[in-house]
Amino acid sequence: MEFNLKIWRQKNAKAKGHFETYHIEGIEEDASFLEMLDILNEQLIREGCDPVAVERGCKSSGPVSFDHDCREGICGACSLYIDGRAHGPDDHVTTCQLFMRHFKDGATITVEPFRSAAFPVIKDLVVDRSAFDKILQAGGFISVRTGAAQDANNILISHDQAEESMDAAACVGCGACVATCKNGSAMLFVAARVSSLALLPQGRPEAHRRAKAMVAKMDELGFGNCTNTRACELECPKGITVDHIARLNREFLKAKFSD
Amino acid sequence: MADKLISKIPDGPLEKKWTKRKSEIHLVSPNNKRKLDIIVVGTGLGGASAAASLGELGYNVKVFCISDSPRRAHSIAAQGGINAAKNYQNDNDSIYRLFYDTIKGGDYRAREANVYRLAEVSAAIIDQCVAQGIPFAREYGGYLANRSFGGVQVSRTFYARGQTGQQLLLGAYASLNKEIAAGSVKSYPRHEMLDLVIVNGEAKGIIARNLVTGQLERFSAHAVIIATGGYGNTYFLSTNAMNSNGSAAVQCYKKGAYFANPCFAQIHPTCIPVHGDQQCKLTLMSESLRNDGRIWVPKKLEDVEKLRKHEIKASQIPEEDRDYYLERRYPAFGNLVPRDVASRAAKERCDAGFGVNETGKAVFLDFSEAIQRLGHKKVAERYGNLFEMYEKITASSPWEEPMMIYPAIHYTMGGIWVDYDLQTTIPGLYAIGEANFSDHGGNRLGASALMQGLADGYFVIPVTIGDYLSKKFAEPRTSTDIAEFNEAEKAVQARIDRLLGIKGTKTVDSIHKKLGNIMWDKVGMARDEKGLKEAIAEIKELKKDFYENVNVPGSQYEFNQELEKALRLEDFFEIGELMARDALNRSESCGGHFRVESQTEEGEAKRDDANFMYVAAWEYKGEDKEPELHKEPLKYEFIEVKTRNYKE
Repeated sequence: MEFNLKIWRQKNAKAKGHFETYHIEGIEEDASFLEMLDILNEQLIREGCDPVAVERGCKSSGPVSFDHDCREGICGACSLYIDGRAHGPDDHVTTCQLFMRHFKDGATITVEPFRSAAFPVIKDLVVDRSAFDKILQAGGFISVRTGAAQDANNILISHDQAEESMDAAACVGCGACVATCKNGSAMLFVAARVSSLALLPQGRPEAHRRAKAMVAKMDELGFGNCTNTRACELECPKGITVDHIARLNREFLKAKFSD
Repeated sequence: MADKLISKIPDGPLEKKWTKRKSEIHLVSPNNKRKLDIIVVGTGLGGASAAASLGELGYNVKVFCISDSPRRAHSIAAQGGINAAKNYQNDNDSIYRLFYDTIKGGDYRAREANVYRLAEVSAAIIDQCVAQGIPFAREYGGYLANRSFGGVQVSRTFYARGQTGQQLLLGAYASLNKEIAAGSVKSYPRHEMLDLVIVNGEAKGIIARNLVTGQLERFSAHAVIIATGGYGNTYFLSTNAMNSNGSAAVQCYKKGAYFANPCFAQIHPTCIPVHGDQQCKLTLMSESLRNDGRIWVPKKLEDVEKLRKHEIKASQIPEEDRDYYLERRYPAFGNLVPRDVASRAAKERCDAGFGVNETGKAVFLDFSEAIQRLGHKKVAERYGNLFEMYEKITASSPWEEPMMIYPAIHYTMGGIWVDYDLQTTIPGLYAIGEANFSDHGGNRLGASALMQGLADGYFVIPVTIGDYLSKKFAEPRTSTDIAEFNEAEKAVQARIDRLLGIKGTKTVDSIHKKLGNIMWDKVGMARDEKGLKEAIAEIKELKKDFYENVNVPGSQYEFNQELEKALRLEDFFEIGELMARDALNRSESCGGHFRVESQTEEGEAKRDDANFMYVAAWEYKGEDKEPELHKEPLKYEFIEVKTRNYKE
């Protein structure tokens, strides 16, 4: 297969970005989107391009930087906005699990980083998502010390409760929900953590405190508000639903009332 | 220098050793812990759990990872589960049985005392994880559910769908976040360790590159813990994440830490087969699938021919024409033999011409019988997400046609040599999790990697490191403005300058692929003397080619992924050669290491206990010099050493 790739290039956080277009051929249908980018990078390096060469008039800025790691849909590192959708045209996948057979041969594909005020660009398609870590540091945990736990079967948890908690815990922290939301809200991300822990007896004692602290941190870091467009759940690679946002709102309200 | 290999195994009965060691260890008082700094490199299960637990104890911890967040470490990708000797199933499991299975599964090349301790603390790991809010699978009664893994005859594996590693890591990461918020741990994401700094023979810090700015930064501490995982990516194609690397381990090795059993690499039998040259990464399908999936190839070569030409489908081949070769060869364990055995059996059938895809390198993993026996709903609950993942990647549905699988590099049992306290041969330097060599011998059992990472991080290192630090609290913090830091940074700078200065014509990946081919062909599933000698020579040649012709674009002071890869590849050359050397020395077949010269008439691995019942610990002797082999003899006092048998 062959494609024209229109890719966002940005030297660093302060530089102004621009699009560059490259042609690529000989791509296997079974290649993943990121494998296709690997091949493009091999091509760009062979052409002898790099950010220094571009200042001398070379036609490309050299290999494209993008975050990636596990390549099996679980680490959440990949963060590409492809043809106007977070993680591209397939449903419920991360970019690494998007395969070229989903594109038309000869198509022009536009590739951008996840865009959000809270995710500044580091370089090209790489963004800084450390705001997510900060939200979780505000309360996304259960305060148990190592070694303090009782026998694991002492507190029973119903099968369905555990499964529902797991549905929310599946979040990979990629940020597709934020990139998709017109308000740049991190509600689905926050809800997934709050809900997963709130559904378990171990998470109950801190449930209210957790919801309040995480929402406050989210607001402080410049994420937008939720206006229930539900776009996030459509693009979530793990299919996490907005039901969890409803649970977050309940926990948050209960916390406010008990203040 | 063989006297450096003091394993510090406590005397006395096996089940008392850990208790005894703990009682001997000096404590550090809370006010003194505040004066002590610890560097933890890596944030997978081992690193994150260690950093969090040490922070809780009151030490000042600095934790480093190469990714944008600690949560992305490759432990996240572990699917199947975590073992623990809880005996919740009443199937006669016990600490002893988990210990025994692990020693036997490791083909009698692991230390008894270490493995027993691992089994001993395994139950507490599950308790800890449940308390952290990890949603393990539950029975309808609300109790924890279990499944089986290869090489065992009990059900002791706890799991959270096919995402157990993710859930356990998010638990450890949450504990780490709790400590970061409390101020006891400081996190340095997007930082890569590039050298270990030694002062007066002791580990005192690291040089790290800030991957965003490209600056080299210096960090000092009273002790350094390496938790950077394994070196499976030496093979280029593996199930490891793209950025997983062995560089921290190599830096420690070059600074004097012995490297143990490098040739013990695990080849996992159930990976999605290679689809073509454009591939960069192999995907694992969880071993848990072998609970209900049956592995087979056709009995008749003409059926193989038709399959390759897509004239028939697997489901059209009648039952009597299928060769369930694992059930045939190993009736007692069947499809649940250990990984090394299953991988070799797949290779044997494919080498004999029975591989079922175009490349001839695939066998079937079939669920049709399980779907009939258990029904669609039950199978979906157990393996639904794995089926989905397989279909996403291959565009073929395991509900209709069997999966195609083939072995791939997955895990490395070898690693930095450590004593019972997990301290390396360099005082103050510790190695935990996959980065050390200690618990899995020649082959690791399924669902034991997660167990070891968390055992080391939550329950072993927080105790044992106290023994060293209890003598250090009066020592002032080491300045980073001393000669040792200057020299280490200068050496790193010289490496970077050299790589950026070559500006040849070949890409880093194209050379790494060549290294991978040498490794897979000659240091892979079957190894012989001739091939291993060739591999050593070819790696040296390739390294020369790399230093003459590689093109690392860009500069140092920017986000530069090609430079990161080039620095890691330098270290993969070192490990690749060391693996080949170790494999050449170990002329027995053992666990994941199969020497063609050492097999039974039936083609089973033949161990040589008389000559190789030892840990091979290699000492670096300098660039272009042969490393020196030191031997730590393995003594089995509590277990009878037998030939591994999964047939009866």
